[in-house]
Amino acid sequence: MMRPARAHPLWLAYILHRISGIILALFLPLHFWVLSLALTEPARLDEFLTFAEMPIVKLAEIGLIFLLAVHAFGGVRLMAMEWLPWSAPQKTLAAGAVGVAFFVSGAFFLQVI
Amino acid sequence: MKSRSSTLQVKVNRGSQADQYFQTFDVPADDNQTVLDVVSWIQQHADPTLSYRFSCRVGMCGSCAMMVNGEPRWTCRTHVKKVVKADRLTIEPLRNLPVIKDLAADMDPFFDKWVAAGGRHHPSSTRADPIAKVDPTDKARVTADASIECINCAVCYAACDTVAGNPDYLGPAALQRVWTLYNDAKDADKFSLLDQVSGMGGCHSCHSMGSCTHYCPNELDPMSAIAGLKRATARSFFKRGD
Repeated sequence: MMRPARAHPLWLAYILHRISGIILALFLPLHFWVLSLALTEPARLDEFLTFAEMPIVKLAEIGLIFLLAVHAFGGVRLMAMEWLPWSAPQKTLAAGAVGVAFFVSGAFFLQVI
Repeated sequence: MKSRSSTLQVKVNRGSQADQYFQTFDVPADDNQTVLDVVSWIQQHADPTLSYRFSCRVGMCGSCAMMVNGEPRWTCRTHVKKVVKADRLTIEPLRNLPVIKDLAADMDPFFDKWVAAGGRHHPSSTRADPIAKVDPTDKARVTADASIECINCAVCYAACDTVAGNPDYLGPAALQRVWTLYNDAKDADKFSLLDQVSGMGGCHSCHSMGSCTHYCPNELDPMSAIAGLKRATARSFFKRGD
């Protein structure tokens, strides 16, 4: 079958937004379940929090913050693009959204190390 | 500039919708050669049964669009040198449309959606009335002018992943046409225009992937036109049909 036409910044911004959304949707129930342990099994929560202090888990959290940032700014980009009649090339916005996402997750990284 | 080799290996889609396969042809390479020249050479010198569609050869008519190395393009305005990879070309009929035969896509769904979107002028006066005065610098007129150069080549329709995934989606060209009419001061029925593009498969199905704008050979911007329709339909919804 023919290869679809996809290699351009706006399509990449679109797919990044969708994928980050799906992964965050999978993460959130897990997140709430862990928080609920504070009420149901405090000992188990403490155990998990000790595990979460490990550097490798901290490193993984950066990915999470990146997903969150990329999704949030991707959404802002989309709303701006559709609700404000931009005349400038929108790919600048798409690139900007990813740039800010990197900045935010980078700032988080510097803070945890 | 000399071509690196004297022949091109051209993979061409053959057969009809139900039975498609690739056939490879060796085509002499020229210094100045469009993809349409390559297709024509095959039909004239290698296999006269090759079916394809073209008319003006200068980017006016919009009938020669095909997938070239996976990207939708006007073959008449695409130089081989720009797209060839290691002396190889792959040429297929436009994506997202049924195949009639070889490189000729069936344009019916594309034009049916053009009609379904309601991109038809609704007159605001009769021939007895004086000619309407339209200020060319008016904001709405400038917006309408931005998309009137569409020649229905269906490159945007072939580029769009939403069209591929949603058979009801009207597609970038038809929606852009409606946006043009919506901004035309001479159109008398804006509400029916918005009504026809706000349902299933209308402007709100667009995911703003931007492939239409990226590939439009006339450098039009259907994605922004569709965003305009999204704003207009939302405004109309909140004002209860303005």
